[in-house]
Amino acid sequence: MRIRKELFADERDDALRLVGQPVRRQDIEGHVTGRSTFFDDHPVAGLLHLRCVRSSEHHARIRAIDTSAAERTPGVRRILRYADLPKKAHNILTIFNFGIDDEPALADGKVRYRGEPIVAVLAESRRAADEAVAKVRVDYEPLPAVFDVEEALKPGAPLVNEYIGRNWFRYWGDYDCQQIRFGDVEAALRSADLVVEGRYQMSPIEHAPLETNGCIVVPAEDGRFTVYTCTQGLFFSLDNTAAQLKIESNRLHFIGGTVGGGFGGKVDTVVEPLAVLAAMLTGRPVRYVFSRAEEMQVSSPRGAERIYIRDGVMRDGRIVAREITHYHDAGAYSRLSTYGTIKSAAHHPGPYWIPNVRVDSWCVFTNRTPSSAMRGFGVTGGDFALESHMDAVARAIGMDPMELRIKNAYRDGDMKAHRKLTQGAALIECVQVAAELAGWPLSEDARRDSSRVGGGGERARIPPTPIARTRAPAATGTGARAELPRSGTGFAAGEPRRAMTPPPSRTGGTGSPSTRPEPEPRRGEPIRNEPERREPPPEPPRPASGGHGAIRFSSVFGSRRR
Amino acid sequence: MTKAVRLELNGSPVAAVAEGGENLLALLRERLGDTSPKAGCLQGTCGACTVLLDGEPVLACLTLAELADGRRVTTVRGLQDGPRLHPLQEAFMDGFAAQCGFCTPGMLIAAKALLDREPNPTREQVIEAIAGNVCRCTGYTPIVEAILDAARRLAGRRG
Repeated sequence: MRIRKELFADERDDALRLVGQPVRRQDIEGHVTGRSTFFDDHPVAGLLHLRCVRSSEHHARIRAIDTSAAERTPGVRRILRYADLPKKAHNILTIFNFGIDDEPALADGKVRYRGEPIVAVLAESRRAADEAVAKVRVDYEPLPAVFDVEEALKPGAPLVNEYIGRNWFRYWGDYDCQQIRFGDVEAALRSADLVVEGRYQMSPIEHAPLETNGCIVVPAEDGRFTVYTCTQGLFFSLDNTAAQLKIESNRLHFIGGTVGGGFGGKVDTVVEPLAVLAAMLTGRPVRYVFSRAEEMQVSSPRGAERIYIRDGVMRDGRIVAREITHYHDAGAYSRLSTYGTIKSAAHHPGPYWIPNVRVDSWCVFTNRTPSSAMRGFGVTGGDFALESHMDAVARAIGMDPMELRIKNAYRDGDMKAHRKLTQGAALIECVQVAAELAGWPLSEDARRDSSRVGGGGERARIPPTPIARTRAPAATGTGARAELPRSGTGFAAGEPRRAMTPPPSRTGGTGSPSTRPEPEPRRGEPIRNEPERREPPPEPPRPASGGHGAIRFSSVFGSRRR
Repeated sequence: MTKAVRLELNGSPVAAVAEGGENLLALLRERLGDTSPKAGCLQGTCGACTVLLDGEPVLACLTLAELADGRRVTTVRGLQDGPRLHPLQEAFMDGFAAQCGFCTPGMLIAAKALLDREPNPTREQVIEAIAGNVCRCTGYTPIVEAILDAARRLAGRRG
């Protein structure tokens, strides 16, 4: 590895003593000697094993559940049902006052995705629990299901989640999707030399950690519960378990930190609440571990995302308008998809200065497995679409794709669509180094270009922006995108006023384990139209201690200096 | 149906009572207290439970516990010689060949089986030897490099 210290050398005040040097992980000796203690490596005597009966249907009303044969199975000690839940529905972000409690830990009379837990069996052995699970009879009344984000938004689509009340998440009280408005996209598309359109589709991706989700709960003599868990967010999961069980958080002692692969797939806190509830109701230690099949079927994957991009392009390579519609398939429940959708909007239109931008980012509910965090969720899918589209634009106008990126790259002093001035841009230099390493020929101009020149001035302005708010077709009943008349408030619709830090999904980002999202702006609070700063700062900023936003946010919030 | 199983675990004689149908992984983890082999899939696809049975790598999740009766079982806890780590362990540490660590015990055992059989393996032989071991974090390149590095270290020890 070679560090290009010659780039921005005058801005560096670090000696980079560790970057580029081999450093041993602090836990690696335990890993290679087989002594690292994962949650399932704690010896606990007298365990009850918890296994769930799961829905065979994608969408159905439950007429009846017959557990009589299961209860007679030798070794079965108890069956947990919806009626046993202290809190009937929960979402892991509502502890931060964001979102809607929209998911019961056991089915509430309806199942909304295949694999949804309906009842939980507690037995003396895993085998007895599995045998009892197989004997539970569920009588379903199948309902029409919807599996496609655009189908789900159509009027008359089956309603997936009654807690949400519609098939999309409504942001900031009154916005059917996250919306970015910057300049006059319609006018710019009309005057562009050509319009390049693209449709991009992400598949759901399962994290497939080698260690499946699970926990062991041990009741202590003092009324507390020790929870050995593989969660990626130890205190996040503790708080969510306490909230879901309506107990004080000081009754829970979570022990973890050694995670057998996570990638965002171990923050949803799906095993701990049921296992602690089981331990509370039986007074026994309880083990609840997903089988490999459960991990693949019901642990929340990266969501399917569909992204439409429409670019207005000039023959010389300038992109003068970019319109993006980004659909996130949340599956049947919010989990963290409401937040991933915000991240996607914060990432668009990518690391480019485009004078007219319009983004609609939707969080849509379908009868698929609930999706959630996975390695830059919201952003990775957006980048896949954006960079695929940059290549499509280059082909459409017959321009070198590297040159196209340099030509449109954001530069210091540029105003972004989010009303933040660009600082510390380094895309041009990255492209130059990538081209050099790949032996990709660049023009003399492109080789000499710099992120420090060409930005600011006219490019620092916020253009006149006609506000047209997007409404869901189902909300208007017209089946078409309806736009409200200009509201007169002049603010950018849907623009989050403050950058949100990521929730504690430790997917290899830069946040510290205690990082939490800031509360959302309260409804009715004015949203500022001014940029954070009108002038670039005279001195390069010091690297922020915690930083706001993971490294994938660098095109919006980040800087080239860390 | 239970059965008494006597075996040599990492050089020490041990005994436990196994339930009928119980697998070697459960015997090791739950009855003999060696939790170094991991349960990643319990269906013989991930390799995290790999142990040596009389020197041959086997998947402990698909091996009946009673089949280990009278035989030698080696887990990753048996690799080191007193305080001295095995060259494979040292090479994995130096080469960043473990991230979350969950696949590491099985990976090391598969590599040990290879180096016992072929002290000077080719890269292709290394890849073949760990083909049944899934890793989701580290990536296979540093693991393959570490195994090749360990072979060189072993050759150095032999002088």
